[in-house]
Amino acid sequence: MAGLSFDLIALQLFAGLALGAIYVLFAIGLSLIFGMLTVVNFAHGAFYMVGAYVGLYLISLGGNFWLCLVAVPLLIGLFGLAVERVLIRPLYGRGIDYPLLLTFGLSYVMVECVRIAFGKTGYPFDTPEVLQGAVNIGVGYFPLYRLFVIGATAAVLLALWLFLEKTSFGLIIRAGARDPQIVRVLGVDVSRVWLIVFGIGTAIAGFAGLLAAPLQGVIPEMGGTILAEAFVVTVIGGMGSIGGAVLAGLLVGVVVSMTSLFAPEMAKVSIFALMAIVLIVRPQGFFGRAGLLS
Amino acid sequence: MTKVTKAGWISRRRLLTTASAGAVLAASPFRINLLQAQEAPIKIGFPVPLTGPYGAEAQDQVRAGQLAVAQFNDAGGLNGRKAELVVRDDKLNPGEAATRTLELVEKEKVNFVVGSLSAAVQLAINNVTKERGIIFNSISQSDAINEAADFSKYTFHEALNPHMTSGAVGRYAFSKFGKKVAFLTADYAYGHEMVRGFLEVGKQFNIENLGDIRHPLGTSDFSTLLPRLQALKPDILCISNFGRDQQIVLKQATDFGVKKSIQIIAPLLSHASRVAAGAQAFEGVVGGCSFYWGIEDKFASTKAFNDAFRKMYDGKLPTDYGALGYGGVRTVLEAVKAAGSVETDKVVAAMEALKYDYYKGPQYYRKCDHQSVQSVLVIKSKSKDMKNESDVFEVLATEDPDEKNLRTCEALGHKS
Repeated sequence: MAGLSFDLIALQLFAGLALGAIYVLFAIGLSLIFGMLTVVNFAHGAFYMVGAYVGLYLISLGGNFWLCLVAVPLLIGLFGLAVERVLIRPLYGRGIDYPLLLTFGLSYVMVECVRIAFGKTGYPFDTPEVLQGAVNIGVGYFPLYRLFVIGATAAVLLALWLFLEKTSFGLIIRAGARDPQIVRVLGVDVSRVWLIVFGIGTAIAGFAGLLAAPLQGVIPEMGGTILAEAFVVTVIGGMGSIGGAVLAGLLVGVVVSMTSLFAPEMAKVSIFALMAIVLIVRPQGFFGRAGLLS
Repeated sequence: MTKVTKAGWISRRRLLTTASAGAVLAASPFRINLLQAQEAPIKIGFPVPLTGPYGAEAQDQVRAGQLAVAQFNDAGGLNGRKAELVVRDDKLNPGEAATRTLELVEKEKVNFVVGSLSAAVQLAINNVTKERGIIFNSISQSDAINEAADFSKYTFHEALNPHMTSGAVGRYAFSKFGKKVAFLTADYAYGHEMVRGFLEVGKQFNIENLGDIRHPLGTSDFSTLLPRLQALKPDILCISNFGRDQQIVLKQATDFGVKKSIQIIAPLLSHASRVAAGAQAFEGVVGGCSFYWGIEDKFASTKAFNDAFRKMYDGKLPTDYGALGYGGVRTVLEAVKAAGSVETDKVVAAMEALKYDYYKGPQYYRKCDHQSVQSVLVIKSKSKDMKNESDVFEVLATEDPDEKNLRTCEALGHKS
């Protein structure tokens, strides 16, 4: 196929970054929970899906999209708190595979519950009116809503960074991730810290699900595909590193986009090839701390 | 060692018990009941992808298949012998489908198999059924299933095939919207067969093929493929995918502003997908289908089918793939009635002899490949003036049933 212009390549690069922003948003919640709690949350995709369904439900009750942007992360975060308190907490200190298997099972339960409540077929989710249509970004037209998603991702990242780096509670969280025992000795209730981290992680997953809904509609299985991609992103970025997840998410987006341009049938494989290459050169990923899994 | 001896003792004792119970039973009046129980219901195995990207369509197939069974039973069955649909989820996976079908045949002892919703999966089912000499009526699009290599005398194809569908849509679209065509295609049998059909009919219209971009089945983001397609500046963008892939790509193409300068066509527009994705995503898209409830003012059979479906499912109207589920099951059961038996060879002969009009106007199975010769509708998605929630398409044109729209028996490798 002929017709490779500079504009097209630039637009393709931009599409890759936009796609990467979605990966980043999904992967940081996963990475946060792993980095702080060493819990591999296989139910992350299910929280994402439930976020989209809660948004759909609230809108059907007469709410609007903007209200959902606040309400959905809050509700999913609360749900996450309950899950941590009741299901995950008894498993701390028992090795990494216990919470992994639990969340894996939990994801099936959640998907099945949504199927029972909302049916197996998907629902449309219209893009909010003011964000419909495409705008000219200099090299071509790009959907306004995708630009909004990039902005929302940046806002979440900024808020998370400020929270972790600039608040005293953030300091405790970081210290707890390094050495929970010492933090406990210093008189901090570590289990409360972990509870809140899990809540924040799942809230971001729900938020990501809501943002993804206008891009692809809503269906009970929507968390499944993105979970695989998000694991690739967190592995490339380094398990538990939020900065790594950001860099890796954007990189994966661009790699998918550029492969799509030259060899579209390879696009899906390309991210796994990228992961393999990164793992050969840097087994711990970009910014991963060695030994977190052991 | 003790364990082995013990196990042997138990089984010997069980054998004695069973044998003596059998002897008592044989001499008692219970024997009659047992014989009657052997007159089991006529079982129709129904493997369809209830979960996964084609789930919406598959559930309609089941609903309508169940209607056909209910009608057969209400009319007295086969001399009182009732029919039963045994539904299995094939998860849109050829391996899973083969296992489920084998289980249906070996364990459930089904008499017939109807079902599938994938060009690839139906071939896996067909492999199992043809080996075991069980009739399989496929209700999903495929060209390969007509060809001599995959065909067997037990294989029937109630659905349209890609050659007929893309032919009808191509003849309509290439004469109206322009000659420069770009393709976006699901990378498996269905997509490949559709594009082949479009290119073949395109020869008559001298279309210019600007390129074919392939995407894997089950893609959830097309944002990296759409800019490339827009840069090709086609008159027509032909998107050959199905189910959730179709819903997502049409939604995202709308977001990218593709429809402003390009006419999107699709070989098949699925009713369930249109409902699941909403009016906005499908607006203005032209495609084909095997059935639309709106033809009820043209055919009495459609009206009757719609009314029966409405009655069974609280006023809901049947969809395209639902209708196929109905047609697939009903043709088999009507053939059973005509043959007066569930014996495979007799039912095959009865199906070959059918000239039927059950839901969409006249149809029949062509002798050489058992393809149902039938009409193809060219439709356009509606976004305004909708009378009810099922009023989603407008019928633009109808291609009447005609063997000339099928590939010839010789081309398929059949001996005339």
